[in-house]
Amino acid sequence: MTISLIMFLVFVAVTLGITYWSAGRSQGSAAFFTANRSITGWQNGLAVAGDYMSAASFLGIAGMIAFYGYDGFMYSVGFLVAYLTVLLLVAEPLRNAGKYTMADVLAYRLEPRPVRAMAALSTLTVSTFYMIAQMVGAGALVSLLLPGVPFYVAVIGVGAIMIVYVVFGGMLATTWVQIIKAVLLMSGTFLLSVFVLAHFGFDLGRFFRAVTHVSSHNHGVEVVRNFLQPGLKYGPPYGALDLISLGVALLLGTAGLPHILVRFYTVPDARTARVSVVWAMVIIGLFYIMTTFLGYGAATIVGQDYIKVHGGTNMSAPLLAQVLGGEIFFAFISAVAFATILAVVAGLTISASTSFAHDFYTNVIHHGRETNPGEEVRVARITAFVVGAVSMGIAIYLGQGVNVAFLVGLAFAVAASANLPAILFSIYWRRFNTSGALWGMGAGLVSSIVLVCLSPSVMGAKALFPLENPALVSVPIGFLASWIGTLLGKPHGRKDQFDEMHVRAHTGLGAEKAGGH
Amino acid sequence: MPEETPQDLTPAPGTRPDPRGGSGPTPLHPEPGTVDWKAVAQMPEFQALVRAKFRFIVPATLFFILYYFALPVLVGYFPELMSRPVLGPVNGAYLFALSQFFMAWILAALYVKVSGKFDRQAREIRQKVLGAKGEHR
Repeated sequence: MTISLIMFLVFVAVTLGITYWSAGRSQGSAAFFTANRSITGWQNGLAVAGDYMSAASFLGIAGMIAFYGYDGFMYSVGFLVAYLTVLLLVAEPLRNAGKYTMADVLAYRLEPRPVRAMAALSTLTVSTFYMIAQMVGAGALVSLLLPGVPFYVAVIGVGAIMIVYVVFGGMLATTWVQIIKAVLLMSGTFLLSVFVLAHFGFDLGRFFRAVTHVSSHNHGVEVVRNFLQPGLKYGPPYGALDLISLGVALLLGTAGLPHILVRFYTVPDARTARVSVVWAMVIIGLFYIMTTFLGYGAATIVGQDYIKVHGGTNMSAPLLAQVLGGEIFFAFISAVAFATILAVVAGLTISASTSFAHDFYTNVIHHGRETNPGEEVRVARITAFVVGAVSMGIAIYLGQGVNVAFLVGLAFAVAASANLPAILFSIYWRRFNTSGALWGMGAGLVSSIVLVCLSPSVMGAKALFPLENPALVSVPIGFLASWIGTLLGKPHGRKDQFDEMHVRAHTGLGAEKAGGH
Repeated sequence: MPEETPQDLTPAPGTRPDPRGGSGPTPLHPEPGTVDWKAVAQMPEFQALVRAKFRFIVPATLFFILYYFALPVLVGYFPELMSRPVLGPVNGAYLFALSQFFMAWILAALYVKVSGKFDRQAREIRQKVLGAKGEHR
């Protein structure tokens, strides 16, 4: 265990060094929130990938495939294809027309204050749910690796380091933490995949034949199943609908995740935003294809029976590393998992605090004027601290028993139902207006939270709503409410405001330039 | 919020907040209000750009949504069909799932290929608009 601790401390030391280096370069809003829009395409691509491949991906999907086979792989597919929505519909117009946050695009031609207030609310909701999931994962991982360390100490430790990154280093430090983490995660996953293939003599046929005969014990009785067969998790009667609903949440939610969207403001122009999405798609795609080897490797080589009594589903990937590569490899993979969590939490914190400081504090309370120079950044730093402390508190309160997948699923569902309709309509629909945005975001936010509360994830067998993921219902509600709200509301502002938005989004005329302060 | 949406399209620079909110010196280029957005929106070059973009984006989006949702629909409603081994022990469900990755990469590559042309068109429009105002990029 001490080796993994040392590796983890090395990662923390290096990243704190980066934070110290970037602290001097993070003065002023553009520098703090967007790293002066100076990040290059491949750097941002790696950072997007780093922001996206969370503990839920590395630990969660590996575990899901190890226990449910094919159905777990459905997550991997959705997580990648979702980037086509980002690439084709959102990234470039957002970069061209926005400044620091997703709400900048909405506030463009809608009434700024109510729309920003609502967008800040949904951003904080999505980020907090996502963050609590990461913190719970981190706490559980630490207490498994270092049995002497209690859950709450682990959560506070992770939270404290993350706050330091964001408060002192801003977007520049956060970006580099993501890049390092993405490289570590990819190398760890690649090595693990090679080990798995080596175990089967680099014979894919042998590997897949083993996957079709996975054995486990249920109450002492041996069960042999084909793990390439769909339906082991999402079976009848609602399995098919649940798979489709999950698909909707992933496909449309990714393009509404605030911590992914803010990344497109860190690059100099729309072309670089596009290049960075493509880089991210290459990395993310390779990673998720390799989850085949991680998950099925854990199922065939380690076995469910062993994983169940050694930390449960989430420990599938680290245990696979232990069995195949011994203690040092186990330590390395565990350190990678820590790094993953730490980096994602930092990315979430900066997007939440940017949204609060820029949308709510400066634009809603102070009508878009900064009363004192540097105030926006000061507020963001304070917010980062508060958001961090609050989610640490909630994570400790919920304890490690809470279902992490449901928190992440909720974050995606809220992003898909509340944020995406507003983003798409404000970019592409001339008639869209303030009341449409408020109705859509409000209805999407409320319906997804309510449906999750009524779902089997929360209510168990007595659930009033049969699907685990609410997106199949809440996304149409979000779009429909935006449409109805628009028809009932009044247009706002100048007649040519859509023209302005339209021209800016597609030509980059008047887009924010790199450099700045 | 009348002060945030003035009817006067050419205010002196700095007299109104950046419509996207924010603070401090606005690094906007050109200054807000110096471009006649409606006129640009009606330029034939701009309309050609938007048409060309949509001609790619709309079918591409429809295609990937259909291709993607075919997976959970087939796997969810026809599990026996999809479980048949196709390539050695590997079944249709896994191969179709794997094909989604390549579909996404190929579509992204195609988009990058055509978007080079969009970039050129956008640059020409920017030069025309800013050049007419005597500004330099």
